[in-house]
Amino acid sequence: MSSIPMIEQNAGKGAARAAARRRPGAGGKTGSAGTRRPGFLTYGFLGAVLLASLFPLYWSFLVGSHDNTVLSRGIPLLPGGNFIANAAKVFDSIPFWKAMGNSLIVSSVTAASVVAFSTLAGFAFAKLRFRGSKVLLVFVVATMAVPTQLGVVPLFIVMSKLGWTGSLWAVIIPGVVTAFGVFWMTQYLRDALPDELIEAVRMDGASMIQSFWYIGFPAARPAAAMLALFTFVATWTNFFWPFIVLDPSNPTLPVALQLLQAAHFVDYSVVLAGAVLATVPLLLLFVAAGRQLVSGIMQGAVKG
Amino acid sequence: MTVTDQVKPRSGGDVPPPPGGSKSVRRLALSQQVSKWDVKLSPYLYISPFFILFAITGLFPLIYTGWVSLHNWNLIGGQGKFTGLENYGFVLSQPYYWNAVGNTLSIFLLSSVPQVVIALVIAAVLDANLRARTFWRMGILVPFVVAPVAVGLIFNNLFADQFGLINEILKALGLGRVRWHSDSLASHTAIATMVNFRWTGYNALIFLAAMQAIPRDVFEAATIDGAGRLRQFFSVTVPMLRPTVIFVVITSTIGGLQIFDEARVFDQSGLGGADRQWQTLTMYIWELGWGQRNFGRASAVAWLLFMMIVLIALLNFVITKRIASQGGRK
Repeated sequence: MSSIPMIEQNAGKGAARAAARRRPGAGGKTGSAGTRRPGFLTYGFLGAVLLASLFPLYWSFLVGSHDNTVLSRGIPLLPGGNFIANAAKVFDSIPFWKAMGNSLIVSSVTAASVVAFSTLAGFAFAKLRFRGSKVLLVFVVATMAVPTQLGVVPLFIVMSKLGWTGSLWAVIIPGVVTAFGVFWMTQYLRDALPDELIEAVRMDGASMIQSFWYIGFPAARPAAAMLALFTFVATWTNFFWPFIVLDPSNPTLPVALQLLQAAHFVDYSVVLAGAVLATVPLLLLFVAAGRQLVSGIMQGAVKG
Repeated sequence: MTVTDQVKPRSGGDVPPPPGGSKSVRRLALSQQVSKWDVKLSPYLYISPFFILFAITGLFPLIYTGWVSLHNWNLIGGQGKFTGLENYGFVLSQPYYWNAVGNTLSIFLLSSVPQVVIALVIAAVLDANLRARTFWRMGILVPFVVAPVAVGLIFNNLFADQFGLINEILKALGLGRVRWHSDSLASHTAIATMVNFRWTGYNALIFLAAMQAIPRDVFEAATIDGAGRLRQFFSVTVPMLRPTVIFVVITSTIGGLQIFDEARVFDQSGLGGADRQWQTLTMYIWELGWGQRNFGRASAVAWLLFMMIVLIALLNFVITKRIASQGGRK
């Protein structure tokens, strides 16, 4: 039990604040919906939900580790020994490693640029006074409701005029800023960074950009990490636009998976082995940073 | 602030202390001028990358879609002559368009309604005083990091008409096999299941966060008034979650009506089944634009879809508000 308070300490500011709200003045043992510990039924229900969340992944590994005829012979319960052979077929039929590299490049560059631009704009909106700031912020929030996917036709026209279709730029450029990112950083910095701190460094003669670099940016770091994580996952899993604009020879992972399916439609073992291979990197990221992702989602929701 | 710059010379940091003499006064005046511009212009400088890039990659394409939709426009040939609303007229007269509208709405309803309800229930359970709280929260979020295409491939197998796990289970239970890839409603259910798989846990966490923000004394008061846990859930928790419910419903509307990935990989043709049983509007845009190479018509469908999203989001807003406020009055 002693691990839980520790986890909450590590889970970032948002979770800590939520925890404080949850039990004002009380010790770590008081739950929200009452003081008593939930019973067997609660854990049974959660266990079932967890099973439903994880089973499809286990299933894809199960099928991916057998040869293709296994399903017609009956449902397997344990993994077979064919995973390596199926993976080899995956590597033969699609440019898997290239796709993995592309996804890595696209997701990292997008995440980095979203964080940079959002932090800068968020700092201005949260802490600097300027004419029109309120109206502009409302505009930013309003654009969050506009589905960007619907501009694919003109975006494609622009990209082909620039000669960028087929290149990674065509995928990166439309993702370099997000309204959500600006909103997220504004909300965070408004609470996290005291005005006095900025005033103090300004009095010391720091220019605006210095006050951002030495005060604003370090204060934004926890929220920036979460935003980077979100953007990375969202870009990695994105399919529609890369599917339209990229060449089959130079795909991102989801596009490559779709190609794999086109090549091996009836060969489920190979297709699902590919699905496993494509999911593993993000699962590793999730194991490493999932706690932050959880507290990030919860923090964003309370404020949004 | 410029005044204090003179009053408070400090030695630390990267700022040199202002020396005396007339030369330095002039230099000070200059630096004050620079500092004034710095204060005035910097905020606009910091927000401008977002606005410039957003205008290019977000706003412009959306408006340009409208322009393209009023023209003959070919993938290869480019812009043709102005045709007014002809593309809209053509699209609206197509049975395939209305089929796609029906499919999109059906998949949307089958996914968003159960998703919100189940997410609320999961959140209520997670809100209890659990052991290993973080473990459960992380567990239900795992599907969120699986790409929709991968989800589509996995469920395509689970829902396979021949030897699929779901059908084998149905058979074992004495029920008949379902033709997931040829019956319209069955295919919609399968696709909605994929959407629910990926998003229910995520939404549950959002609801959980909002639940934990409800002041505890409200529940204490309800307990003193003799309300049971179920009654508290419907009469206190749900009404107080209203803004969050609206938020989740609207975001899932925007996403749900654009569904493409999961439906696209549910077979290999990409047209949504032999008879387009599960062709959605976004798939139809893709077919018109990149299959038939008619950008004008594809843009017309994109605009119609946009208007539909706005309309349904507004409708959702009104309905959700009403339901939730009724809950509060009970």
